[in-house]
Formats: sequence, structure tokens, C-alpha cells
Amino acid sequence: MDSGPNGRNGVRAPEAPSRPPAGATAVTGDVADDLPEVDDEGATAVEVVDLVKRYPKAPVDSLAGVSFRVRRGEVFGFLGPNGAGKTTTIGILTTRIRPTAGRALVAGVDVVADPVGARRLLGVVPQINNLDRSLSVRRNLLFHASYHGVPRARRQKLADALLEQFGLADRPGGRPDDFSGGQIQRMMIARALMHSPAVLFLDEPSTGLDPAARLFLWEKIAELKAGGTTVVITTHDMDEAATLSDRVAIIDHGNLLALDTPSVLVKGMTGERTLDCTVEPGPATDAATTAATLGTLEGVIQADVLDDPGGGLRFRIYVEGEVASFVAPVAQAISGAGGRLTDARLGEPNLEDVFIHLTGRALR
Amino acid sequence: MTTLDAGPADRPTALEQLPHWGPWQTGLAILRRDLFVTGREFPVFLAQVILQPLFLLFVFGKVLTQLGYARPGYQQVLFPGLVALAAVLTGLQSTALPLVIEFSYSNEIEDRLLAPLPTGAVAVEKVVFAAMRACVAAAVMFPVGIWILGSIPWQASTAAPVVLMVVLGALLGAAMGLILGTYVPPNRISVTLTLVLTPLIFTGSSQYPWPSLDHIRWFQVVSALNPMTYVSEGLRGLMAPEVPHIQTWICFVVAVVSLVVLMVVGMAGFNRRALG
Repeated sequence: MDSGPNGRNGVRAPEAPSRPPAGATAVTGDVADDLPEVDDEGATAVEVVDLVKRYPKAPVDSLAGVSFRVRRGEVFGFLGPNGAGKTTTIGILTTRIRPTAGRALVAGVDVVADPVGARRLLGVVPQINNLDRSLSVRRNLLFHASYHGVPRARRQKLADALLEQFGLADRPGGRPDDFSGGQIQRMMIARALMHSPAVLFLDEPSTGLDPAARLFLWEKIAELKAGGTTVVITTHDMDEAATLSDRVAIIDHGNLLALDTPSVLVKGMTGERTLDCTVEPGPATDAATTAATLGTLEGVIQADVLDDPGGGLRFRIYVEGEVASFVAPVAQAISGAGGRLTDARLGEPNLEDVFIHLTGRALR
Repeated sequence: MTTLDAGPADRPTALEQLPHWGPWQTGLAILRRDLFVTGREFPVFLAQVILQPLFLLFVFGKVLTQLGYARPGYQQVLFPGLVALAAVLTGLQSTALPLVIEFSYSNEIEDRLLAPLPTGAVAVEKVVFAAMRACVAAAVMFPVGIWILGSIPWQASTAAPVVLMVVLGALLGAAMGLILGTYVPPNRISVTLTLVLTPLIFTGSSQYPWPSLDHIRWFQVVSALNPMTYVSEGLRGLMAPEVPHIQTWICFVVAVVSLVVLMVVGMAGFNRRALG
């Protein structure tokens, strides 16, 4: 089996041993400084080094030299706009797409040199239903396990347990076509788990799921992580990425733009913290003067008067640091101007802001 | 035993459970799946493969002969040709359409492409399974032939080469289907099948002995280009040697060479579809 820590060959030399605390969000195309954090080869579940993919006749690379590592046992979120290179990366890692250059290892196995070995160790939950329509739910699970060499007794026990666990035990004999989208998705996860993969790839798993099904999915992913399975998940859903992922990679135009924990990525966003205030003006309250006063408070970057269709007075205050700590001084300043603060909304940047900041707003 | 430091700590991976599990076993497991599905629908499958040759045998072998439009010896010509037709055609239909559907609409093939065996082996399994169906279809021709025609040309001494030729014909058809199923875009498969099947059926020397086409030279040349001709002629030579036929060894050589060429082209098409 090909397993080598020599995967570090060709990785751009990491000059800084540790990541700068906040500025991690814009390391365009180079997140090699993520690599030295993982020294123990056994702790790496997925390793991608300078991965390039150019499709025939395509004018540009779909992947332009992407490098990252997924640690064993982590949930790794893969974010990017449509056409960013997510699916290509997952396709390469799951042996379905051949890279033009670079290396990709899953559980220590080179997916190009030994695709058969890699397939034993990875599980895939695709975006679209690819269940075997000719087989019942239970047999879908059983045959999948038999392809992977799971002994008969074990696969039957495992299938029953997984059907139970995924809420499918009441209709094990039903054909996939008779089930809802959420159930199909659960079947595909259960199927992927039949051969106990070391790394599970989920491609946009919550697309089209209702809220309850989505929560169920999130629970299951958390359980898998607790059980030691590494999960790589692609998603458009920022909430999902932020909730589930230990770390998030943001990819666009074939380049890795950022890679870190959601909280560090969010912290790296500056000038996007806001406090929206609704004010009941007193007889002497002047909007412009009040805004100017608010603007002089310590830590406030800027204060704007907002249009209020209701005819009231509203301000948006851009701040630095913890937004909540500004509520009291702002309320005080407003009452100093003769008004009364009636509502305050805290605007913290979230992963979506990071995503939009890095990838832009243009439609793809 | 192989140990995987990369697997989850306490859970054995499939590899650890079965260190001797190889691509062969995976291929057989996939074949078992196909047999399971066909086995469940066996009566439907049987009806599917019997119906066409049954009518061909009845109309050409029985009705036309009884009405005096075909000479009594025509059965000797027709029967081996229809066995070849059943083998090649069933093989082709058992790969072409399922592949088109599995690659485009149902994506069912993905789970097999992600199984631990080389991608090409999935194509080989498809061909082998289709050939198995085709052999059943060809075998069914014998009792049907006896039932409709009363007797069929048959020599116990050539049983083994007959079986071999039927298997070759089945594989040839399956390999043709592999090409169609992987190169033809799904929106064109219906028209392509019509455009391919009709000429294939009627230029494969199944209803006429090839050497007797001497005076329709162009049709003889066209028929010589159809690999099915060699299966029909080979079976004719083995089962009814009194009918003029292409020499059996030539039939075997051309059939094997055609099979190799068709498989190489078909596998390339399959890999192109399966791997991005």
C-alpha cells in the first residue's frame, strides 16, 4: 500500500509555523501553512498536494494547484460557489476523476496509484439518487457490503442496525422509488456506512431536505464523528458548514481561498460588525447630530442614519470588537441626545459574510 | 495482516476484516447481484428472449415451407442462423440499453464503480453477464426449434464447438452493446438501436448461407463485414455441414479477432464514461 509521509514533497515551504491569528481569510491559493500542524502521518485522513485538474478543451484549470489536509476524525466542510472546483476535488478523492497533476491520498492510499485500495476505505454519499432501483432498501445495503467483502453474517446484522438507526426499518423491502427524498438520502448514507469507511464523503447532503430531515442528518454526522469517522462534506449551506464542520475550506476558481475553523474565519472579518438601533426621538433629537455623537464613541468606526419606512429613527453603527458591549454606551449617548433606544440588533459577521467576501456576489 | 493506521480507531475497516478479499470476489459479487435481479424476473426475461425467434422460426421455418415458398431444406439453413441471431442480439440488448440508463438516468452504476475493483472490470462484468443471458436465449432456441420444426440439425460430435461458437457470439453481441451503450448519447439511443439493429439482423447471414450470395456480390461484401455472419456460418458448418458455409476455422478466427477489437473499443468507451 502506498502510504508515505513524503507527501510533503512539493508543498510550498511553510515559512510561518503557525497561522497568523486573524488574517487567515485571504491566503489566496496558498494554505500550505496548514500542513505543518499535522505531523503525525496517522492523524491525516485526506491529503491533497498541488492538485490540478484541467478538463479536455477547457480554457482554464478546474483545479489550479490545491493543497490541504483533513485530520483524522474531523468534519471537514468544503465550501464554494457552483463551478468552484468542489465536485472536481471530491471526484478525484473518490477515484471517479483523474487529476491532471498533483497527489491525493485518502487514508494514506494514493487514489491515482491505487484506486481499488482507496475505494475500500472511502464511502460516498452522492448528491443525486444512485440507489439500485431493482433492489429493495435492505438489499441495496447488503449488496453494497458484499461488493466490499463484508462477510454475510456481519452485513446482515449491520444492515438491520443501520436501517433501524436511520429510521428505515419499517419498510426494508420497499424499492427506492417508493421513498421520499429525505429517506433516499438516509438510505444512501446507510449504504455508504455498510463497509465502515474511514473517510465518508457527502456531496451537498442537505440540498432539498426539509428542516427535520436536515437536523436528523446533522445529528448523524455528529455521531459519525464521535465514532471516529472522518467526514468530508461539500455544501452551499453556511449554517450547515458552521454548525457541523471542525474546519472549513473555501474554494473558488480552482483555488483554495481559506482554510480554518469557522470561528477563526469569522474573526478574520473586520469592519462588518454592526449594531442596528431603533430610537424613539425626543422633541430635541436631531438625527444627524446624534449619528455624529455616536460616531465619536470609542470603538465605533462609523454611525449612519438609516431610512426607516415606519417614520422612526434608525442608526447603523459599525464597531470594532464585541458588538454587545456597545449597547450600553450607545443607549446612554442616545438618551443624552434626548431620545430613547427601543430596539437594538447585533450584526455579527458569519460564515456567509466570509464566503461572500472571498468569492464575491456575482451569479455563476 | 494489513493494518490501517488511518482507519477509525476502534472500528475494523473492510480491509482488516477480509485481507484476502480481492477484485475478483468483488466482480463475482456484482455478477451475483445481476443474476439475483434477473432470476427474480426470469419468466419475463424468458418471454423476452423467446418471442422473436419463436415467430421467426414459425413464419420462416414452418409457414413458408408448408406453403411451398421455401424449400424443405431451408430449416437446415435457418435454424443455426437463428441460434446465432438469438446469441448476438440478446447479448447486444443486454448491455446497450442498461448501460445508457445506468450512466445517464439512474446513475445506478456508480455504486459498482466505487466498489473495490478496477473500473474496466465493471465493464467486463457487464459483458460477461450479458453473454450469460445471451447463452440462455440461444439455448432456449433448441427446445423451441424442436417444438416448432419437429427436428433440428444437430450432431453430437460437434456439440463442444457449437457451445464455444454460441459463447463467442454472445460475447460479440455484448461487446457491440458495450460500444453502443457507452458512445451513443442517451437522447439518441432509441434511434441508434433502430438504425443498428435492423441492418445487423439482416446482414448477419442468419437467414441465408453466405457462400450462396455469389451473384449478389455487394450484399455478400456487406454481410462479410458483419461479425454475426461468422457466428451464423460457424454454427451452420458445425450443425448442418451439408449446407454451403464459410470454413469453420475462419469463422472462429474472425469471431475472436472481432471480439478483441470490439472489447478494446468498448472498454475505452466505458472508461471514458466512468472516469472524468
